[in-house]
Amino acid sequence: MAHDHCHCRDYTRSELIRRAAAQAGQGLPAIENGMPLPAGTGLSRRSFLSRSAGLALAVYGATRIPLAAFEAGIAHAATPPKVLVSIFFDGGIDALNVLAPLNDSRYHDLRPTLALPSGLGFSEDPDLFWHPSAASLRTLHGEDKVSVFPAIGYTSPNHSHFTSRHYYEIGEVQVGANTGWLGRYIEEVGSDDNPLQGISLGNELSPMLATPSRPVAAIESVTDYDLWSWADHEDAPVQANMFSSFGNLGNLPSDSPAMTQARRAIGQTEQVREQLGAFSDYTSPVANLYPKNTGLSDQLSGLAAMLGVGLPVQVATMSAVGGYDTHEDEANTLTSNLKRTCDAVFAFQRDLEARGLADRVLIEMWSEFGRRPEENGGGTDHGAAGLAFVVGQHAGGTMIGGFPGLATLDEDDNLLHTSDFRSMYCTLLENWLGVDAGPIIPGADSLPRYPALID
Amino acid sequence: MAIAQASKKHKHKKRRKKRKKKHRSPVATPPASTPAAPPPPPPPPDPPRYLHVTGWDDSAGDGLVRPVYEWVDSPPTDTPPPRPLPKPQDPPAPKAAQPFGVYSGPFGRVQAKRLLDRAGFGPKPGQALDLSKKGLRAAVYSLTRPSGSANLVGPAPVDEDGLPIAPLDAWGHDHLWWLDRMIRSDQQLVERMALVLHDWFATSNDKVDKAQLMINQSNLFRLSCFGSFRTLLENVTKDPAMLLWLDGVENTRNHPNENYAREVQELFTLGADRGAYTEDDVRELARCFTGWDYDWDDNLGPVNFRYVDSRHDNKNKTVYGQTGNWTWQDGCRLCVENPMHASFFVKKLWSYFIPQAPSADTVSALTSLYTSNSYAIRPVLEAILMHPDFYEGPAMVKPPVVFLASLMRATRTFITDEKWYWLSRDAGQMLFYPPNVSGWDDNRWLDTNTMRGRWLCTTEVLDYHHAEVWDESYDPAEQPEPAVDKALEVWDYPPLRKEQQDEVVRFSNDAFPGGLANWQKIAYRALRQNALRQLIAVGPDMNLA
Repeated sequence: MAHDHCHCRDYTRSELIRRAAAQAGQGLPAIENGMPLPAGTGLSRRSFLSRSAGLALAVYGATRIPLAAFEAGIAHAATPPKVLVSIFFDGGIDALNVLAPLNDSRYHDLRPTLALPSGLGFSEDPDLFWHPSAASLRTLHGEDKVSVFPAIGYTSPNHSHFTSRHYYEIGEVQVGANTGWLGRYIEEVGSDDNPLQGISLGNELSPMLATPSRPVAAIESVTDYDLWSWADHEDAPVQANMFSSFGNLGNLPSDSPAMTQARRAIGQTEQVREQLGAFSDYTSPVANLYPKNTGLSDQLSGLAAMLGVGLPVQVATMSAVGGYDTHEDEANTLTSNLKRTCDAVFAFQRDLEARGLADRVLIEMWSEFGRRPEENGGGTDHGAAGLAFVVGQHAGGTMIGGFPGLATLDEDDNLLHTSDFRSMYCTLLENWLGVDAGPIIPGADSLPRYPALID
Repeated sequence: MAIAQASKKHKHKKRRKKRKKKHRSPVATPPASTPAAPPPPPPPPDPPRYLHVTGWDDSAGDGLVRPVYEWVDSPPTDTPPPRPLPKPQDPPAPKAAQPFGVYSGPFGRVQAKRLLDRAGFGPKPGQALDLSKKGLRAAVYSLTRPSGSANLVGPAPVDEDGLPIAPLDAWGHDHLWWLDRMIRSDQQLVERMALVLHDWFATSNDKVDKAQLMINQSNLFRLSCFGSFRTLLENVTKDPAMLLWLDGVENTRNHPNENYAREVQELFTLGADRGAYTEDDVRELARCFTGWDYDWDDNLGPVNFRYVDSRHDNKNKTVYGQTGNWTWQDGCRLCVENPMHASFFVKKLWSYFIPQAPSADTVSALTSLYTSNSYAIRPVLEAILMHPDFYEGPAMVKPPVVFLASLMRATRTFITDEKWYWLSRDAGQMLFYPPNVSGWDDNRWLDTNTMRGRWLCTTEVLDYHHAEVWDESYDPAEQPEPAVDKALEVWDYPPLRKEQQDEVVRFSNDAFPGGLANWQKIAYRALRQNALRQLIAVGPDMNLA
């Protein structure tokens, strides 16, 4: 569904290889020439159910400490003062149709079919207009809770999804690093026994979170550990008695290694089921704001609930709704996916505010590149400078780098960048997370900072 | 592809949650109408006469309680005594690895069930008892020497809309296609061996990305599973899915790719760290395997797999000290003729059927059997299935799809819903998607995640076989032990160890308090019945073979 309109074969293929690489461990499939290995490839993956956190976790990391140690680590970790949430527009979101220069005739020349018919005013630049699907983000912008990067990028832009995304993931403009920029942050400030410090909500670990050694985790869903049966009726004690009997079956004597394994799994399964109350039925204070049937809603509302009970999450990553590699049928695809993403982020912000957590959390929304100003008919091809947003109570609310305009494009006829993603990272690290960017972002010393990003 | 999978998965999750809320009525699947016990009595010699059950006999020691009856001339006036629960079935204390030989102990329903659980996907109702009557050797031969092609018995698989599954096109339907064969095929060991070989030559559609090629490969396994391993290895080497998976098509004279040459030795024929081969052998063997190619078709994907002589390295290669201008067939031959191969083969095959390692004496006997039969699989397989360790050794964990298929076979449940693929995945085994080239880890089938998957598999099987709670049809006077008996019957009387049966009976006694309102007497008993069915299936005995 996400990439239903994607015609670029290298994209699906790289996605395939990325997944295979993450899963295969030994016997890695061949990586094509020139394609960087995703950061974190080869990290060991160990799954367990954390009773102290009430979550099913897949833990990644070079550390070999026993899983049991993570229980204690999660239970004893201090609540971090600042949290960064990363939301990835997968495929290269079309900056020019999210914040559209509707007053520029060149925009209409370049986009005879795709130009937005109308938009919502953008208070910082009279020539730019929000896509109507971004209305909820515009509301937050009006509350000074959104910092907009209308044209973020880097010099010598790479047009491969795989490579450009890799740059953003590792925080430098060259291939080869096998740790992510957020992973290196966790390495600096994290611990050896708290995998929740860096979590990917989704099936697999984001390469951004790949650490040199400290454990980080992926969780598919915060509500995923239910066991149901046909003995369920709210007034009857039958199912509860069945569960306790199930637990008893796990504690009987064993006559073989296989029996020991079965008994242990049964006993632990029942223990975990019993202790997962925290999230199996959590309710959001703003549940009706979240878009329905959207994975991002589940992930963000679940994350808010996790933060609400004080789980020691420092960094969380996830993907925006749908895919943004809109080579064709862009008008429909972008309208639908952008709206659900913005609405989910809006609901999350309100959720944090209702829970009194808003001053602890900042959201960064990014994509691997923007799209070509000139449309190809029904869609747009890979471009250069793109969009980023930083959302939260402490976002500065001021545009970083102006809109470069369409009069001058780069040598490939793409948008020029007016801000650098590595500078955004340095500023987030120093002004939000409170660490020196030097050891984390290569070349940090020579990169400018954006002090207006955070207040 | 990857993305389509993710979104589909999400959709299913939603549906599952929805389903939880509503009580669905069973869909039209054939009911489990022929329980194994009691076996039907012989027809009356001189009708009309009447069957008079006077008592119950559990002396056979096979986990079944048979009626004691007589034929009478007039309708019996007394009610038969309630059927007692079968005696628990504690397995004999596992013995240490025994010498090579043929099992000579009793071959009853319990032993036949172990055979069907390990060499198939569990018995259909009554099948274990029937098989036990053949005796050990004929029972094994009935599995290893099937005649003709397999029949798929029962209704063909459909999705929840009643449409035929689309294994080549729809995500997860390739899994359903094979799961269905596991449930319905009358050549159970062929399917089980195909699963063994799928794990042995573990190839994942994650990289192959074409279900047809994966299904073709599984058909190769079906056709070859009793024949010559050497021929099988040649066929695997040129199998398109394998050529893609381990880069055989990238392996050329000018750019040799060692992927297949390494795994074929490490995982398929010789084993790592046994001194069977060197790094030089990997490189030289890779040169033997050069020459394969294929074309890419924008509509069809990978097509036209073929051997191209100009891509083959036509110079001398030295493998295991033997030098020659070896072809790819020579490469396969050299692996199989490597003196370390036969012992690797027999131990690996053994490990799929018997959890404890074979004695040295058994390894050496199986090795001779294998080499003296020109690398034929069947003689070794038959020896393993008749070995005393098979019947007297410790239990083993059923792989997730075996667990699921055995639940479905025991209840005559057929595929009428897509859900089984994600349930299998939750239980830890998605067919055609082994975790890596070394296959699934048979020592790690059970953890809190996969046990949850097995729980949900059971719940979903009971979707079609649960007692209705709210239609007031349930027996308001059912006593705890008959309730257990009824639940055991649903699963065709799985033999339970004493402590598990005792726990289940204890639960049945304590499931709800006394002093219930009338409606509760009915509903709570139906709930208890469903709980018993769940507990018996998810308990350790049915997770083990």
